[in-house]
Amino acid sequence: MKRNGLLKKLLSVTVASCMVMGLTACGGAGAAGGAAGGDTGAAAAESGAAEGSGAASGAAIKIGGSGPLTGPAAVYGNAVKAAAELAVEEVNAKGGLQFELDFEDDTHDAEKAVTAYGVLKDWGMQVSLATVTSAPGAAVSPMYKDDHIFAISPSGSSLAVIYQDPDNAASPYGNVFQMCFTDPNQGVASADYLAAHTDLGSKIAVIYKNDDNYSSGIFAKFKSEAETKGLSIVYEGTFDDSNASDFTVQLKKAQDAGADLLFLPIYYDPASLILTQANQMGYAPTFFGVDGMDGILTLEGFDTSLAEGVYLLTPFSADATDDLTKNFTANYKARMNDEVPNQFAADAYDCVYAIAQACEAAGVTADMSATDICDALTSQFTSMTFNGLTGQNVTWSASGEVSKSPKAVKIENGVYVGVED
Amino acid sequence: MKKFSIGNLFSRKKRGRTISFLMVIVAYIIMQTMMSTGSLSSLFSGLLVPLCCYIVAAIGLNLNVGVSGELNLGQAGFMSVGAFTAVSVSGYLAAGIPNPVIRLIISIIAGVIAAAIFGILIGVPVLKLEGDYLAIVTLAFGQIIKSIVTNMYLGFDENGFQFSFVDNNTKLAPGGKMLLNGPMGATGTERISTFTMGAILIIISLFIVYNLMFSRCGRAIMAARDNRIAAESVGIGISRTKMLAFVISASLAGAAGALYGLNYSTLVPAKFDFNTSILILVYVVLGGLGNMTGTIIATVILVLLPELLRSMQDYRMLIYAVVLIVIMLLTNNETVITKLKLLQKSLGGGAKNV
Amino acid sequence: MDFLSYLINGLGLGSVYAIIALGYTMVYGIAKMLNFAHGDVIMIGAYVAFFALNNFGLPLPAAVILSIVVCTALGVTVERLAYKPLRQASSLSVLITAIGVSYFLQNAAQLLWSSSTKVFPTIIPNGGISLGALSISYLTLITITTCVLVMICLTLFINRTKTGRAMRACSEDKGASTLMGINVNRIISITFAIGSGLAAIAAVLLCATYPSVFPTLGAMPGIKAFTAAVFGGIGSIPGAFLGGLLLGVIEIFAKAYISTQLSDAIVFAVLIIVLLIKPTGLLGKRVREKV
Repeated sequence: MKRNGLLKKLLSVTVASCMVMGLTACGGAGAAGGAAGGDTGAAAAESGAAEGSGAASGAAIKIGGSGPLTGPAAVYGNAVKAAAELAVEEVNAKGGLQFELDFEDDTHDAEKAVTAYGVLKDWGMQVSLATVTSAPGAAVSPMYKDDHIFAISPSGSSLAVIYQDPDNAASPYGNVFQMCFTDPNQGVASADYLAAHTDLGSKIAVIYKNDDNYSSGIFAKFKSEAETKGLSIVYEGTFDDSNASDFTVQLKKAQDAGADLLFLPIYYDPASLILTQANQMGYAPTFFGVDGMDGILTLEGFDTSLAEGVYLLTPFSADATDDLTKNFTANYKARMNDEVPNQFAADAYDCVYAIAQACEAAGVTADMSATDICDALTSQFTSMTFNGLTGQNVTWSASGEVSKSPKAVKIENGVYVGVED
Repeated sequence: MKKFSIGNLFSRKKRGRTISFLMVIVAYIIMQTMMSTGSLSSLFSGLLVPLCCYIVAAIGLNLNVGVSGELNLGQAGFMSVGAFTAVSVSGYLAAGIPNPVIRLIISIIAGVIAAAIFGILIGVPVLKLEGDYLAIVTLAFGQIIKSIVTNMYLGFDENGFQFSFVDNNTKLAPGGKMLLNGPMGATGTERISTFTMGAILIIISLFIVYNLMFSRCGRAIMAARDNRIAAESVGIGISRTKMLAFVISASLAGAAGALYGLNYSTLVPAKFDFNTSILILVYVVLGGLGNMTGTIIATVILVLLPELLRSMQDYRMLIYAVVLIVIMLLTNNETVITKLKLLQKSLGGGAKNV
Repeated sequence: MDFLSYLINGLGLGSVYAIIALGYTMVYGIAKMLNFAHGDVIMIGAYVAFFALNNFGLPLPAAVILSIVVCTALGVTVERLAYKPLRQASSLSVLITAIGVSYFLQNAAQLLWSSSTKVFPTIIPNGGISLGALSISYLTLITITTCVLVMICLTLFINRTKTGRAMRACSEDKGASTLMGINVNRIISITFAIGSGLAAIAAVLLCATYPSVFPTLGAMPGIKAFTAAVFGGIGSIPGAFLGGLLLGVIEIFAKAYISTQLSDAIVFAVLIIVLLIKPTGLLGKRVREKV
């Protein structure tokens, strides 16, 4: 045992020295690329400037971003990455404005998001897609603020992504924006819709994922709104990562409570299980989802007849017939092995185009420092109107919140059908 | 009392610990110099604090697994306790104690105390069990802690604290602040952890662990680990010392968690799950049971490895897995061990392991 | 009536845990290792069954057999390449290797089949039999029946066949078994083959009940089943069966009568209490350590 330990140590030392060589090489490259990797805004500005000149040969604006590319949440990160790459290629193909994208893995973890941020900064990121998911986003947002780099998150929907203190509306980071609705926003929209359409159901049951920012964020706001609007919530069920497959208890309780409407502020994969299990039980309330429900029709192998009559609030539908959506869906499928784009992909695609529009309007060039670009883009974003996949006449408030209206749709014959408000 | 001399530090008995202290101090000085001259990349300067946290937690776990011989699969639970205690304390004191260093120290101490209390509460039942049953109970406690923290809501306003469990019933007056927000954990934490504090914690934990290992108690624990029946037959009773080791291990995890929690502006309870416990266990096993220097080196390697593999893109975690398996196979392979022994001899290797 | 219907649901869930736990417990009993990659073998089995049913349009029995064959081959290969060289190594080294294998399988699955969820086709029709006010779905019925059948076959195999007896001998004392002319390595391979084959059956049942297939599918059922195996007394086959069923029932009852948020904490708290009263699980044997 003892000798074994020693040998292990010897081996570790050997490996370590190899790694140290790797580290110095890497660190060297990083240092060369990122100039002074200091923590202060001034150093960042310098680094941006040094970067700009370094990138002048390619003359491309460097867009960074991170999301879960591996692990349980990988599906969201990979969708964003693919759509962002697609958008960057399209923008570049037009000539004129040129982008370069580096999308790093953060495994849906705050710690890894911070290291990914380090990688991107060393690379010389000038503009950022922030993070795909909320919790890592909240961890890097203060860094974007400190280093004064413009960031817009495609799908980090928690208020903590754009506010230092989510309870204090007076504390926005200012240079971190969102492309998706905020969670409370969706909670309010859902409550409004249900209050206006009591024919859908008057006794509401909710099943939400209590260890998920997105889901519990929407639910918390929905609950308080429901109280003020006089909606009756008869059952609240939860699940978390460790029991995200069995919903028989929650469904039975909802059924016993006489719920005729089941509100599901969750993503489509657990929702598909809930629809299946409710069907097995013979329980058929009206199902009402939010934007996370989008994607349910394109789940590989899912029996879409189970989703008949499901209502959802969504800014994007892959089945839409406008040219923009049709092109996007076709190109995305060609790139992603026939996978149908979900709202994450659509939001990411819009992010890149919104950045492109703002860059063109503000005359941003690749040799500008990240700080200058940040100032230019911040003023553009708070004043411009954007038309994209996920909405028309989209605008942003000074705090970074997006303003676009979630549309209620109903699933009929396997497609979304718009329902009038 | 022996007289102190430099030579004594490198005596055969003490060489191992001196080397590990020196290693940490030298690494610290190099990193600090690189940081102050701005030659350290953003990536590595961002990695330093979490690296220190994992090292401290791994040293603690090695005391448990390597020295006491108890497989603990719940180390992340103690980190969680330390982290959320520290974050809450720091959030509460933010207005009262503006000095970040003092606040950091107070918060870490609070985290350590909370983790130690949990260590005692959990240690009592856990240490009644043996082997894999002990392992599963630590796993169970880790999961329970995660569940509990996920359901805690703690906030304060001018009227004092408000706490609720499972359902969030806290109604804060304007200007109040949520310290823990259930599954969302802590948000808006001021980032006050520093690399210096991390290095100090590593030194302190090494000091504590080495002192315990080389005390009479420590030797007794190791004797019992190697052969419990033989140890009992010569009258070594170790339950109290084992308890001490367990609690120290938990406290170190608490300190690590505290430093970790205060390094990020947001922290979710789900971070400290079974996978994190396993990750720390991997550092310990790879570094060598009971070998603190090895633990530090292994932690550094395994934390850096996925970052260095970033250029591999999608394949990086696959390669990480393969590296893990290959290292385990190599370090247990007779041929490799024999070759290494020969190499060691030819280098005149008089170095004996601790 | 609610009580009974929760109980039936719990038994259904517990049956799946039980089959997975049988795989854990057999490997532990013979090889004395915690095979943390077992859950990921289930994941592979689920993908194979999914592709067989959905893409190749094979009938259900063929898909199940294909899945069993692939899982068995995978289990044996992993054992050969990763675990066999570590026969003499410390149990912790083996544990870490198993974790490495688990990471490997998860990431390989993600690279091969993408991270997006696939929905397992419906293989057992909806509906069920009604006993008064109580109705039991065919799915639950089939799951429980399969579990009982597997359990019976396994017990017969262990007690009545030569290989089974050799397995029991190995789990008692490897050295003595070798002296008696038993090829211990072969027995361990067979154990892995059976455990992995059971994982494939568990995969199909799991996905029939919860039709989501994704790369980390096996992680949570794996941990739960491991808990179940310890609950019943790790190494004991009836123990794994009992532990699995109890775990499923406790989980459903905790959700139904206490709190959906705390169901996990309750399951693990019950486990701790059981182990404190019976330190080797419900049906585990107390092995006297010899000097």
